[in-house]
Amino acid sequence: MTDTPLMEVKDLVKTFEDGGVETRVLKGVNLTLRPGELCALVGPSGSGKSTLLTILGTLARATSGSYTMLGEDLMTAKDAALTEFRNAHIGFVFQFHNLLPDFTALENVMFPAALRDGRETGAARDRARELLVRVGLEERVDYRATQLSGGQKQRVAIARALMNRPELVLADEPTGSLDKESAQQVLELIAEISAAEQTSYLISTHDDKVAAVCPRQIRVSNGLIVED
Amino acid sequence: MPFVLKVAFRYLTANKGQTSLLITGVAVGVFVFVFMSSLIGGLAVFLVTRTVGDISHVTIEAPSREAEAIPVGGDRELLLVTQPSSTTRELLRTADAFLPVIEASPDVKAVSPQVVGNGFVVRGQVRAAVSVTGVDPDKVSAIADLGKRLVKGSTALSSSTILIGKALADDLGVTVGQVVRLQSDRGIDRPFLVGGLFEIGLEALDSRAAFVNLSAARTLFGVEQGLSRIEVKLNDLYQADAVAKRLAAETGLKATPWTASNAQLLDGLRAQASSGNLIKSFALITIVIGVASALSLSTYRRRPEIGIMRAMGATRRFVTMVFIVQGALIGVFGGLIGTALGFAALSPFPLPEVAGPGAFPVDVRLGAYDLAFVLTAVAATLASILPSLSAARVAPASVLTQ
Ligand SMILES: Nc1ncnc2c1ncn2[C@@H]1O[C@H](COP(=O)(O)OP(=O)(O)OP(=O)(O)O)[C@@H](O)[C@H]1O
Ligand SMILES: [Mg+2]
Repeated sequence: MTDTPLMEVKDLVKTFEDGGVETRVLKGVNLTLRPGELCALVGPSGSGKSTLLTILGTLARATSGSYTMLGEDLMTAKDAALTEFRNAHIGFVFQFHNLLPDFTALENVMFPAALRDGRETGAARDRARELLVRVGLEERVDYRATQLSGGQKQRVAIARALMNRPELVLADEPTGSLDKESAQQVLELIAEISAAEQTSYLISTHDDKVAAVCPRQIRVSNGLIVED
Repeated sequence: MPFVLKVAFRYLTANKGQTSLLITGVAVGVFVFVFMSSLIGGLAVFLVTRTVGDISHVTIEAPSREAEAIPVGGDRELLLVTQPSSTTRELLRTADAFLPVIEASPDVKAVSPQVVGNGFVVRGQVRAAVSVTGVDPDKVSAIADLGKRLVKGSTALSSSTILIGKALADDLGVTVGQVVRLQSDRGIDRPFLVGGLFEIGLEALDSRAAFVNLSAARTLFGVEQGLSRIEVKLNDLYQADAVAKRLAAETGLKATPWTASNAQLLDGLRAQASSGNLIKSFALITIVIGVASALSLSTYRRRPEIGIMRAMGATRRFVTMVFIVQGALIGVFGGLIGTALGFAALSPFPLPEVAGPGAFPVDVRLGAYDLAFVLTAVAATLASILPSLSAARVAPASVLTQ
């Protein structure tokens, strides 16, 4: 771990407007992540965890504030630049709708690299296979996403999030739709992989067990970080 | 393989039933297009062959005299107008000089120098008015193919044989080998031996025409030299207007294309072609609507996946292309299958120029297969643009909030 922050947000505000009604969901969030950190994002339902993750993941734009990562100003960047940025530097694990159902486990894992390269390269295939071995799915490499269990899908999603060697992985309740046992396995996997690589993780969760694994815990309440 | 193509292919093959149904729909549209092209084209070939096949494509005659202003001194002029005579025709006096020029023209298939006039065929008490055409004995079949349409006798024309239509022969009660008298409007009367009977299918020829040797016609109509007209048959009858214009300019004579006296036929063909185009346009519109609605449905169903792809770093352009490529592939496959089916279905029909009466006048050569294929591929691609753009607008954040 170095002291140069990986990313930094200041006074981040997000408001939604719906039929003239304005909802302030994030009310001035300040947050800094350093390389290799494993952080839990906790807080009551509706506090703004998912909203914060979409903005940090450049999937949505903040209303105001500043956001820099790896020295780039992500508030003003254009859509194409943001897309390229997240392809190279950010991995995602979502709760639902994680995998593309018409593609195999291997193809899903390779997807970010194929988008970057414009085609599926042999090198990407090798790395994807390696990652699937690491998440314990060497037997399921050529299964379609629809033929996998919930826990297996999440493990494929973790492998895919790591495909392009991102600096930051954002996970929104990655164990939320799993039973206890698979949740435990997925959690152990994340802890194990994060210990081995210089990748930062920000995991939103309702599960105390998940939170307990993370050395740093960030509590969100009512659109503000109340504990760090 | 480019990754866009792979993803597009995968999406098409993911739901094979739906995709084959869609491609079949497109193929049916293409089939209609090909079929209409071949039917409208075939009908035109059929009608034109029937109507124009046995007549002159360009007829060359002496120019009719224009009114001429003759100065008569002072500032007065005399306008000279010739009243065309019904008995004396303008003759091509120097026709022999022009014949080689016309014959050598690359568009010209056959040339028939003629002396024509009116007269009566007389057999006992029966008289029938006919227009008499004196032709070169080698060129009896140059314009109307008398040789092919002969029902009895032969087309050999000696100086005293005559060829008449079967209908006329029936009216007169004569047949091959019998003698008739021919009276010209110049009052000359000569016996002729009926050498052959033809049946062309045109009333004007079958019951009111007689063909004799050119030299016999010269005697009958008192034309010692020169010609009444030169009939010209072209390789491509649709070139008649251009060729007529050129021949008129080259010879200074009056050259009339067949189109001048068949305006109704041409109007009819044009009307037919535009109704055919209307049907073809509807076929294309159906293809566009089918592809657009199928792809709209598909982009709607795949919104969550599009969100995932966007989150993983798929650009808007990539998403757009995935769906446009699907539209293009559907167009290409539907186009190939439709044109192939069209060709296969049309091939067994005989070509309209050789088909007998009552045959279905489709022309397999006129299916416009390349046009049908290109238009379909383009239409399907264009149809996919709107759904593709709506796919590209799916917000990447939608995966997290669902
Ligand atoms: N598109 C939107 N339009 C309007 N309001 C929204 C929108 N998205 C989220 N919100 C509101 O923002 C608030 C925070 O939502 P968010 O999904 O970030 O909460 P969360 O902390 O992830 O909750 P949970 O733990 O239940 O997932 C909620 O009150 C929600 O209603
Ligand atoms: Mg949430």
